[in-house]
Amino acid sequence: MESPERIRVIIAKVGLDGHDRGVKIVARTLRDAGMDVIYTGLHRTPEEVVDAAVQEDVDVIGVSILSGAHMTVFPRILDGLKARDAGDILVVGGGVIPDEDCAKLRDLGVKELMLQDTPPADIVAMVKRVVAERGAR
Amino acid sequence: MGYVASLDLVAAARAGHTRAIARLLTRAESGVAEARPALDAMFAHAGRAHVVGITGVPGSGKSTLVALVAAAIRKQGRTVAIVAIDPSSPFSGGAILGDRIRMGELGGDPGVFVRSMATRGALGGLARGTLEAVDVLDASGFDVVMIETVGVGQDEVDVARAAHTTVVVSAPGLGDDIQAIKAGVLEIADIHVVSKCDKPDANRTIADLKSMLILDLANRPGWKPPVLPTSAATGEGVDALVAAVDAHRAALEQSGEIATRRALIDERRLLKASEELLRDRFERARDGRVASLLAAMAARELSPHAAATRLLAALPQGETA
Repeated sequence: MESPERIRVIIAKVGLDGHDRGVKIVARTLRDAGMDVIYTGLHRTPEEVVDAAVQEDVDVIGVSILSGAHMTVFPRILDGLKARDAGDILVVGGGVIPDEDCAKLRDLGVKELMLQDTPPADIVAMVKRVVAERGAR
Repeated sequence: MGYVASLDLVAAARAGHTRAIARLLTRAESGVAEARPALDAMFAHAGRAHVVGITGVPGSGKSTLVALVAAAIRKQGRTVAIVAIDPSSPFSGGAILGDRIRMGELGGDPGVFVRSMATRGALGGLARGTLEAVDVLDASGFDVVMIETVGVGQDEVDVARAAHTTVVVSAPGLGDDIQAIKAGVLEIADIHVVSKCDKPDANRTIADLKSMLILDLANRPGWKPPVLPTSAATGEGVDALVAAVDAHRAALEQSGEIATRRALIDERRLLKASEELLRDRFERARDGRVASLLAAMAARELSPHAAATRLLAALPQGETA
C-alpha cells in the first residue's frame, strides 16, 4: 500500500530555557494526531535546530520559547533555513511572547504563533492547515 | 527548494547535498512508487559503507552510545550517518522520535547526518524503508552508517540481517545469568557492550555475558564477540568500541565472511521486498471481498481457513507496480 508522507514536525527548545512541560504536551498531542514528532531536547542553538530540521526533512519547525529570547531565536532560525535553501520548511512557535513581538515575528516569516491557553486541538488543526496551504513538495 | 522529482535528487545526494539526501530519505520511508527508480540508483551506488547495527533494551543507552561512537569516528576523520528508529503509536500511527535528544553534541558538523525513523507497525526492531535509507546514506558517501534499532525485547533480531557488524548493548541490573543464556537478541552480537559501567553492578553483567560466551558450544571459528564496558559519564570504553567495530570489519574481510553477510542481507531484503509486494497486492485485491466472507463465517458456513483460501484465490497473479 502506498503510504502518503506523514506530517513530520520537529519540536525545539532553544537557548537557556528549561521549561519543557508545555513542549512535551505539544509533542504528545501531535503524535496522537498521527504525526511523526522529533524532539530536540533542551538548550539547542538556532543553528542546531536548522541542521536537524534539514536532515530530518520536516514540514514544520515548532519552537517553544518562554525565556524572552524570541526576537533573537526566530530570526536566526529563519535566516538559517534560507541559507540552507530550506525556506519551504515552515516555522511556528509558542510560549510566552508579547503581542507586539508576535506581529513583528509574523512579518519576519514566522507562520503562526500560539500562546498560553491554546487548546491542544487548535495546535493540531494549525499544523495541518499550514502544511496543507504549503502544498505537496 | 520546491518539488524536485526523485531521480533529479540522485546526483545532488551523491554529491553530499544535505537537502537532497534528506528528501530521498523521506521518499524511501513513504515508499512512493515515484521514488523507486531513484532508490534503485542509490542501491546501485551503495556497498562501500560499513553498516553497523546497535541494538538493546529500551533505556540501555543506545542513543547516547551512538552519539559517542559517532563523535569518536569523526575525530578519526571519517564521516558517519545514523538512522535512529523509535516506535510508532499502534493507535494513532504517530511517533515521538527522541533519539536526537542524546545527540546534541553532533550538531553543526556536516560530516554527521542523523535521521529519525518511526517503525510504522514494522516488527523486528527496524522500520519499513530502513535499508533503503541505509542505501541512500551509503551511496551519498558516508563512511560508516549506524542503525540504532528501537528498544528491543528478546526477539527482535532483524538488525543482524541488515548490518555488517551488530553491537548489542546491555545495561547493568536488568536480569541474571539465566537471561544471558536465553535465545534471542544476545545471540546476534558481534560485539557486546555493557553500558553505564560506572554503576556498581556492571561487573556482574559483564561476568554473566562472558560466562554465556564461554558456553557457546558451537564454538564458531574465527571472531569471538568481546564484552566491552562503556560509560557515557566518564567516556570510558568508547575508543575501544570503535576499535572493536573496525577490527570486526577487518576480520570479516580477511576471512571472506563479508561476502556471506552481504549475501544474507541481500537475501533477506529480496524476501522482505517480495512479501511487501505480495501484501500490497493482497490489500488491493481484498477490498470489497471481506464483508461477504465475514457474513459466511458468522453463519458458520465457512471456517477462517476456508474463507482465507477463497480470499487468496482472488489475488491477481503476475506483475505488480
